[in-house]
Amino acid sequence: MSGTVDQIGSDRLVSRVPSGPIAQKWDKHKFEMKLVSPTNKRKYTIIVVGTGLAGASAAASLAELGYNVHAVTIHDSPRRAHSIAAQGGINAAKNYQNDGDSIYRLFYDTVKGGDFRSREANVYRLAQSSTAIIDHCVAQGVPFAREYGGTLANRTFGGVQVSRTFYARGQTGQQLLLGAYGSLMRQVGIGRVTMHARREVLDVVTVDGVCRGVIMRNMTTGAIESLAGHAVMMCTGGYGNAYYLSTNAKGCNVTAAWRAYKRGAFFANPCYTQIHPTCIPVTGDYQSKLTLMSESLRNDGRVWVPKTKGDNRPPNEIPESDRDYYLERKYPAFGNMVPRDVASRNAKQRCDEGQGVGTSGKAVYLDFADAIKRLGAKTIEEKYGNLFHMYAKITAEDPYKVPMRIYPAIHYTMGGLWVDYNLQSTLPGLFVLGEANFSDHGANRLGASALMQGLADGYFVAPYTVGDHLATSKLAAVGTDHPAFREAAGQAEAKTKQLLGIKGRRSPDSFHRELGHIMWDNCGMSRNAAGLEKAIGKIRELRSEFWENVRVLGQGDELNQSLEYAGRVGDFLEFGELLAADALQRNESCGGHYREEYQEEGEAVRDDDHFCHVAAWEYKGDNSAPARHQEPLTFDEVHLTKRSYRE
Amino acid sequence: MSAKLDLTLKIWRQDGPKDRGQFKTYQLKGISTEMSFLEMLDILNEQLIHLGEEPVAFDHDCREGICGTCSLMINGQAHGPDHKTTTCQLHMRKFHNHDTIVIEPWRATAFPILRDLVVDRSAFDRIVSAGGFVSVNVGNAPDGNSVPVPKVNADKALDAAVCIGCGACVASCKNASALLFVGAKVSQYALLPQGQAERAQRVQKMVAQMDKEGFGSCTNTSECEAACPAGISVVNIAQLNREFLRATITATT
Repeated sequence: MSGTVDQIGSDRLVSRVPSGPIAQKWDKHKFEMKLVSPTNKRKYTIIVVGTGLAGASAAASLAELGYNVHAVTIHDSPRRAHSIAAQGGINAAKNYQNDGDSIYRLFYDTVKGGDFRSREANVYRLAQSSTAIIDHCVAQGVPFAREYGGTLANRTFGGVQVSRTFYARGQTGQQLLLGAYGSLMRQVGIGRVTMHARREVLDVVTVDGVCRGVIMRNMTTGAIESLAGHAVMMCTGGYGNAYYLSTNAKGCNVTAAWRAYKRGAFFANPCYTQIHPTCIPVTGDYQSKLTLMSESLRNDGRVWVPKTKGDNRPPNEIPESDRDYYLERKYPAFGNMVPRDVASRNAKQRCDEGQGVGTSGKAVYLDFADAIKRLGAKTIEEKYGNLFHMYAKITAEDPYKVPMRIYPAIHYTMGGLWVDYNLQSTLPGLFVLGEANFSDHGANRLGASALMQGLADGYFVAPYTVGDHLATSKLAAVGTDHPAFREAAGQAEAKTKQLLGIKGRRSPDSFHRELGHIMWDNCGMSRNAAGLEKAIGKIRELRSEFWENVRVLGQGDELNQSLEYAGRVGDFLEFGELLAADALQRNESCGGHYREEYQEEGEAVRDDDHFCHVAAWEYKGDNSAPARHQEPLTFDEVHLTKRSYRE
Repeated sequence: MSAKLDLTLKIWRQDGPKDRGQFKTYQLKGISTEMSFLEMLDILNEQLIHLGEEPVAFDHDCREGICGTCSLMINGQAHGPDHKTTTCQLHMRKFHNHDTIVIEPWRATAFPILRDLVVDRSAFDRIVSAGGFVSVNVGNAPDGNSVPVPKVNADKALDAAVCIGCGACVASCKNASALLFVGAKVSQYALLPQGQAERAQRVQKMVAQMDKEGFGSCTNTSECEAACPAGISVVNIAQLNREFLRATITATT
């Protein structure tokens, strides 16, 4: 990947941010976009890939508008998408608490939280949309937490000093997704959405330079199937499973996004990965995934380690004077509610200093004793009951009695396919929504903002912007019998045959685990040039071994989970190299991207002179280095400053 | 804390929907009690791949008990022996050295087996599609605080809404009834002001679809509640019955 061509201010990256004051950009843009008339909408077909918050909300909204929609999911039911596992909450600038919140403050917090690496106009629109999301979800019958007077309750999340997070116990994502799923299933019943469950998208199809459909594998029968339409919405989530161990579901993968990249959609900022500070620590080599303990727990839990190295007394026997509440000590203004990247790095630093707890020494305490004393165990159970239950199931320890042990883990990926203000990728006709795109969270996402973004994109942004694309593009009638579909389907089938034909000695899982170690060790919470170069070499070696030595049993024309998995691992082995290359090229620290060479007393140091831009990678062929394009970022509203949570 | 287990597994293997299927027996050694049940199956599958035998197909995804993808009858109990726990959150510390563990798919006419331990639960989607929602298009919502919802109702609605749609209720019921699943959804909306407009049609349509899918009748044995990993109470079935009666008496269509 050496010798990458850096293209500054690339003409391929036109952000299409409207002119004018930031608060009026979106209204102005909505007015200026062309509309498709109500009677013409039914003549258009839109394919939505993924049925998480972004996909389900987009598919439902587009169908409500009158479009024909095909919804595709790898799950047995659209309700299983991993948005369901989001725990803590969703932000909205309602200012119901009268604590000084506003759209502008949510916008400001998000730009600052993202360490000045997001696109201001997109973030402002996100903050604007946030309030309508809550209204719509309430109308859908989402049972948000309420106060005794019947009004909606709020709590606080990291990196902010107001209470703007709406929640449903520790299972907010579940309730929001079930709301969107209900709306989607309603449209399925009406006949406006055709559901394709247990289908994996293996390619996107372009005709005359415009994305016109997808190739997918029917995971029950193994048949390769095609769908043609007028636009495709990629809502396929993040790529955290490149690290093998993450809080993502086992099925989360980069395959659809990666194949779109290979068809011309640029991949932006892949090195921006979020490492969540509060996850249940790894216990053994067999571990298959990591479990998050919601950030909301830091509202009432206090993070600490013993002051002295190797103090292995049980936590309850360590007196106050021997404890280091390091976040409260170092960041008095935000205390335990610092953003995730800051909390994660500090946990790692404490453990690296030998103050870590538990058998591995790779954990810190999250202690609820004070909160239980203050509020009572019943109140704590009401707020976090399901999380405490989950913790007890996994660790066989009772967090009401002993502090939780937590450690950072890969959780969310801010990078994704590059999109313009319309959420359209560099491949015309391909829109990218939710975690799969890159635009709103910069280099670090604030808590309770992922649900907000997925639903903003799906309910309130893409349904407008896709209309403009349809109304302004001349789209010839294209069916699945078009040669481009036949060719792409043939390639997908050939790849399946190739995987089955290798008949090597190692399982797909063994390759994935090895890739995960390379990524976590060299491209995880802390990175340096030498490590990244080493990682790139190792990934290449592992990838060539994979294509010679992977063992995939069974046939292509049947339900074959090994085959599905092998295809995804193959893509992670390509994608991982791009992630490392992006991290290597970004010679600065920002948000979740922490380069050891660029820091001051353990705090990230940005280089705004050279890196105040989005890096978007263009695929140039399997044997050529990808090109690195730049979209310069400007900050007209929230001026570039050093991010500080100390005061 | 951590100990090692040697286990005998009897697992249902079935090549496809039309295959008759049979139990196969496997031996596993040195399984850590810290492992989750699905991690134990991962290890079995790695060993099978090594031996050239096709791995056991089973559904799973989030592995944190919320997505509802995992299933499995474990020694005759849906999601195994641990109370209010999905299979993915079940840990091997609940088993003993030299145990024999029998692992089967959900068995119900409405959940046909696709392969090994994987079943088709799309009948649940079709029940929801028939009426398990509030019909509100994007853009129509009033301010979220315009209609107060008493905390106790919101909490009860959430108690019902936490159903993960896994199907354990159906699998554990001798009649393969889906009443707990349907009752949870019907109760959630019956408790909230937003659900009132379609209250009668919702229950009628969902029950009609449930019958069409081939789920059985409820005989009040409460196995469903005992098996439910999300803690959904049979109170929701009582509520469903009341809602159905109310709709039958008051419905105009």
